[in-house]
Amino acid sequence: MRKINSTRRGILARGAAFIGAAALAGCDKVINSDQAASAFKGVDALNRKAQQAILQAQQLAPEYTEADISPKFYANGSTDPDDPAYKAMVADGFKDYRLQVTGMVDTPLSLSLADLRAMPARTQITRHDCVEGWSCIGKWTGVPLSLVLDKAGVKPTAKYLVFQCFDTMDDPSSMSGPPPFYGSIDLLGAHHPQTILAYDMNGKALEVPFGAPLRLRLERQLGYKMTKYIKEIQLVDSYAEIGQGKGGYWEDNGYQWYAGI
Amino acid sequence: MSHAEALQPTSEAARPGGDTLVKRHSAIVRLTHWINVLCLTMLLMSGLQIFNAHPSLDFGKISNFVDPPIAIGADEANGAPRGFVSLWGHKFNTTGVLGLSSLDGKPTERAFPAWLTLPSYQDLGTGRAIHFVFAWLFVLNGLIYLIYGFATRHFRRDFIPTGEQMRHFGGAIRDHIRLRFPKGEEARRYNAIQKLTYFLVVFVMLPLLVLAGWTMSPGLDAAFPQLLDLFGGRQTARSVHFFAAFGLVLFVIVHVALVLLSGVFNNMRSMITGWYDIGREPDSHA
Repeated sequence: MRKINSTRRGILARGAAFIGAAALAGCDKVINSDQAASAFKGVDALNRKAQQAILQAQQLAPEYTEADISPKFYANGSTDPDDPAYKAMVADGFKDYRLQVTGMVDTPLSLSLADLRAMPARTQITRHDCVEGWSCIGKWTGVPLSLVLDKAGVKPTAKYLVFQCFDTMDDPSSMSGPPPFYGSIDLLGAHHPQTILAYDMNGKALEVPFGAPLRLRLERQLGYKMTKYIKEIQLVDSYAEIGQGKGGYWEDNGYQWYAGI
Repeated sequence: MSHAEALQPTSEAARPGGDTLVKRHSAIVRLTHWINVLCLTMLLMSGLQIFNAHPSLDFGKISNFVDPPIAIGADEANGAPRGFVSLWGHKFNTTGVLGLSSLDGKPTERAFPAWLTLPSYQDLGTGRAIHFVFAWLFVLNGLIYLIYGFATRHFRRDFIPTGEQMRHFGGAIRDHIRLRFPKGEEARRYNAIQKLTYFLVVFVMLPLLVLAGWTMSPGLDAAFPQLLDLFGGRQTARSVHFFAAFGLVLFVIVHVALVLLSGVFNNMRSMITGWYDIGREPDSHA
């Protein structure tokens, strides 16, 4: 025989009331705690490992047909950098543009747009998924990043590619002027066949809102990893000393480093 | 009725006054149920935070930025700011809740209000981080529940209505609407409506929600392009994810209402300790 005693009823009611009050008062506080931050970081690493386990290294993102191309490709993030040096380059049609490849490489490179266009190209019609939730489909042409890396010769100790860009970002808290935009990817992503340095979009030279003269396409990840306005690619073994150390402008501002989901 | 049909058929205890306590829910079912309550609450609130970053829904492969079929937004009507929900061009005023609501005492443009989102302020990165923590926990918890449910024949016994139950389905619906809940021997097992509802939630709604979520991942789309065919495009999958979550909210509202109406203490006890009071067979002459 079982007895239900009234104190258990009381404990349940008080427990429920306590949990309710704590939830309302403490949610934002819990989320901003160090423990939450380390849980978030762990899950970001777990997402990355799970996708690496599922995805074969060379597996392609879906490609679409000409008929699927978005009538209007939405552009966000920086869409019209107002740095004077960049504006001067736009004015003369990127005549003096050079892509620098530096850091842990055998041969540092300095490539003009003509040099890049003279290399083998890849064209792909792919879907761009913004972290915000929207998608657009566009046609991109560019040089596979792996070919540029082969040309430079990546040292075995290098782990990441850091993209330094021409655009600067608004940061009202910064005392030393606006921070330059940067981003990073790993070598696995860099060697994927669809990872290209794109100079053409929908059949013509890349326009300023979409990252002229050169942007990254990294089709198995979200849009914010696909750096625009690339100035320099640095090969590094760690990005901890760059920017605020989280691997990119958006990552420094709270986005996940691994953006495959 | 044979005992083989009853939930947790082996344990029961008589109480003074003639009521009978039966062991209704096993420890695994109770534990996974409460972990689900936590996960779905956190997933819903962080999901609404994520939705707020792009508060419209599309169908197909790409987004329509000019006039999306479904959108939540803010504009001005008769010189006053207004929050609205727009469905295929028809706008409904939702000021105060959707589109325009109070944040720190100030009217703020946001699709879902601060009290429904995690975190309360706009922060997509943190919203996504919370969503992924509880998505992993939810999927692992669901796997444990599914393995247990198949291994112990819990699903077969409690989610598939018997032929006799299906023949009396109309009567079951009438009793449900009149809020006449079974007592005595009939309360040992779920009725046909309960069985079908739990079947739909566990085997249709929740898997759809998970699959539609995976379809939004550009990485998983490369590994499983069939996901895109299944839903007819990434933006459709996003809408399905939203509507399945909305359907689940409706289920929870009805579920909680019925818990309250059919005896909140008895139900809560059975979901916490496992023991449920089936009462006495109703006296037909009373």
